[in-house]
Amino acid sequence: MSEFLRSWLVLVVFGGLAVAVVGTFLGLGSLLRPQRATEQKVMNYESGVDPQGDRWSQSNIRYYVFALMFVLFDVEVVFIFPWAARLEAYGMFGLVEMAIFIFILALGLFYAWRKRLLRWI
Amino acid sequence: MFAQAETVATPEVLWWALVPLLVLAGAAVLLLTVASLVRRLPEWLPAAWTIVAGLAVLVSVVPLWNEVQDDGARSFLAGAVGIDGSTLFVTALLAVAVVATALLSRAYLTREDLPGVELYVLLLLSAAGGVVMASANDLIVLFLGLELLSIAVYVMAALHLRRIQSQEAALKYFVLGAFASAFLLYGIALVYGATGATGLARIAGYLSTTILLEDGMLMAGFGLLLVGLGFKVAAVPFHAWAPDVYQGAPTPVVAWMAAGVKAAGFAALLRVFVLTFGSWSGEWQPAVWGLAILTVLGGSVVAVVQTDVKRMLAYSSIAHAGFLLVGVQAASDRGTAAVLTYLGVYTLLACGSFAVVTVVGGAGDDRHGIDAYRGLGARRPWLAGAFAVLLLGQAGVPFTAGFVAKFGVIAAATEGHSYALAGIAMVSAAVAAFVYLRILVALYMEDRHLEDDDEAGAVEVDPAPWGPRIVITVSVALVLVLGVVPGPLVDLAKDAVPVLVGG
Repeated sequence: MSEFLRSWLVLVVFGGLAVAVVGTFLGLGSLLRPQRATEQKVMNYESGVDPQGDRWSQSNIRYYVFALMFVLFDVEVVFIFPWAARLEAYGMFGLVEMAIFIFILALGLFYAWRKRLLRWI
Repeated sequence: MFAQAETVATPEVLWWALVPLLVLAGAAVLLLTVASLVRRLPEWLPAAWTIVAGLAVLVSVVPLWNEVQDDGARSFLAGAVGIDGSTLFVTALLAVAVVATALLSRAYLTREDLPGVELYVLLLLSAAGGVVMASANDLIVLFLGLELLSIAVYVMAALHLRRIQSQEAALKYFVLGAFASAFLLYGIALVYGATGATGLARIAGYLSTTILLEDGMLMAGFGLLLVGLGFKVAAVPFHAWAPDVYQGAPTPVVAWMAAGVKAAGFAALLRVFVLTFGSWSGEWQPAVWGLAILTVLGGSVVAVVQTDVKRMLAYSSIAHAGFLLVGVQAASDRGTAAVLTYLGVYTLLACGSFAVVTVVGGAGDDRHGIDAYRGLGARRPWLAGAFAVLLLGQAGVPFTAGFVAKFGVIAAATEGHSYALAGIAMVSAAVAAFVYLRILVALYMEDRHLEDDDEAGAVEVDPAPWGPRIVITVSVALVLVLGVVPGPLVDLAKDAVPVLVGG
């Protein structure tokens, strides 16, 4: 067995061990504990609030706008953080670059606003 | 203000070489800004703006071309972007396709009563992505360009809001496209792992000077890159999306997919495989060989049984991708020049053919069955004649530009001693000719008996608006002229053979 594969063997052994340990404890627990199910006990846990409706619930399609807006700002932040940490080193060039980048992303938001996508209909 | 800090050396930018990209991206951003600010734009403005941007790119390519021919290829932005003859050649093709698509879209959007700024913005952005792909000197930049190109096209496919097929096409294209992007990205990762670089020049340098004892990772990288790019150019067996998407998407968008996306995809294939992996061509050539055979045969044979003209043209565009792969497989300068010539000719053929389909499709964009074309020769002789020329061009009949294109790639294959491939390509060209002849027979030899059938008379083809009319006229004229005098295009393609310059 090559050195490369041997290093993976460690991973396989540890993975197997992890599955075995968790499986054993859960299995033993289910053998030992008494099982008296009542309606309250098998109900879905929903932060202490009485569950409403079915388990199969759909989110409103109109949330997609928020998902898109989230991506817009998420991507922005991914680039702004490292840039901000080294802003002084990048100097004027970096400043202008980031201004253009933010302008284009803001344009996306502006477009969505003008298209009345931000209003909840 | 920043005086006391140590500064990072920012990479050198050759702004003049970026002009085509900046024009396209700038035009898109400006158009979107204006469209957001002004509630009701005049209907003609976005189309005119896009056409002006496309023409500006065409004009700006000329001095760049002279500069590159005189001073040689250059790379800049820390070696991530390069400019050479092939970059400018493909940029010019994309600009032509943008102008043609904009001309078709204007008529289409008016006829279908669709809101119209987004299509143009996306078209310009998609073209900008294509230019990035054609000038990429780094695998990551290539991926960036590919995504910019593709994401815009996914949305464009869905733009016909009231046609469910359009939405379906977009979803299929998006899901499969995202899948293919993942393949490509994995391929890039493996090539990076094997060579330690993402810059094309550095990869090429590494591969030509190093003997790898274990090349499994590199081979897997080649394979995955080929899958990812093969999907974009619709090569069999990664073609399954093409017929459905071509059938469902708005017809002008299909013209862009066939002309623009294919040109950008092949520009990337040439840069990555022929140019960067050139010293290992013995390893990837068999794979491209198989892909080319499957694609020419698959595209031609399956096209025969189609009854929908848009699907038929989709399969024929797959067959064209196969011929282009024949040229890629040669892995020589001659093959590259042949591929670029073919791309030039195919851009004209695709724009012209889909312009005719746009016109015949009629309001609702759903009259694409071959029945819609029956007897068109008698009723609309000019339109039918133009379509006949374009179909003969696609079939590769002599004295049309299609012959020059097919001759080029097959000659390159025989020069590379791939006789079997050249033979199979010629056989499938003959099979594909049957497809085009079938449409021709429908155009001229089958009458629809209008007097017998009132309902058939009701679906008379409307006269072509001026936009499609210009596209059809220009493409037919160029197909005929280049068929008789192919010299200028072939010489341009010869001068456009790509060069890698390290940064």
